[in-house]
Amino acid sequence: MYGLWWRVLPGPWWVRVLISLVVAAAVVWACFEYLFPFIADHLAINDGTVDGQ
Amino acid sequence: MIRRAVSVVGELLVTAGVLTLLFVVWQLYWTDVTSGRAQAATVTSLEQQWAVPATPTPTPTESAPTVTVDETPPTGDAFAIVYVPRFGSDYAVPVVEGTGTEELKEGIGHYADTAMPGEVGNFAIAGHRVTYGKPFNRIDELRNGDAVVVATATQWFTYRVQAEEIVSPKQVSVIAPVPDQPGETPTQAWLTMTACHPKHSARQRYIVHALLESVTDRADGPPASLAAVG
Repeated sequence: MYGLWWRVLPGPWWVRVLISLVVAAAVVWACFEYLFPFIADHLAINDGTVDGQ
Repeated sequence: MIRRAVSVVGELLVTAGVLTLLFVVWQLYWTDVTSGRAQAATVTSLEQQWAVPATPTPTPTESAPTVTVDETPPTGDAFAIVYVPRFGSDYAVPVVEGTGTEELKEGIGHYADTAMPGEVGNFAIAGHRVTYGKPFNRIDELRNGDAVVVATATQWFTYRVQAEEIVSPKQVSVIAPVPDQPGETPTQAWLTMTACHPKHSARQRYIVHALLESVTDRADGPPASLAAVG
């Protein structure tokens, strides 16, 4: 998977590393902003309220 | 072919592992950073608003009525600040109306339909014990007699801790107008704090009850109860 990724990237090795880092950063950002908050709201492992339900 | 498939599955599993670790970092560390920052900003802006002499009241009409009963603010609005000397002299967390998932990210949540600060009944509030600024992280360190001070736009309310208990998440009687005695008519002003227990778990709830000791005007400055830690 990552081998294929490496082969389809253009340019010399340092350009490929740079592109990979940028993409990785974008993935982490998307996780922090959207994916993780969405998951956390459905996990409710830290709910501190009392209710009758 | 099989070797190829195994290697792809392996890489996917490693990726999933890394993402899971990232989630833990985000939940336990990053939410504290972002929510902590936002909550501190809310406290600052509330303090600034309250410092400004309330809009020049053009009311030379018949002197205002008796007690100022705070009206319930819209869900999500910050309307008070909680100070707990036991948690440190810099501890100040906003109280927002409502106890939904979103409200508890903004600060301490006020249970809808429970009393307002200082009111006879039970001013019931919930806070995260971990994550999202973790306002009630050290709730288990509170001892009887400790001060919990609530500030509103006009007044300071000092409550003193009377009791702690650990209950099931379904035990709503802890936030009854008379704590643990649903149906009774209240004659005293209580404050009840609820947080998850044990830490990192939603199995039980840690409850602290405090009783109103004194009320002072905001104009008179912070009450003495803010300073001392027993």
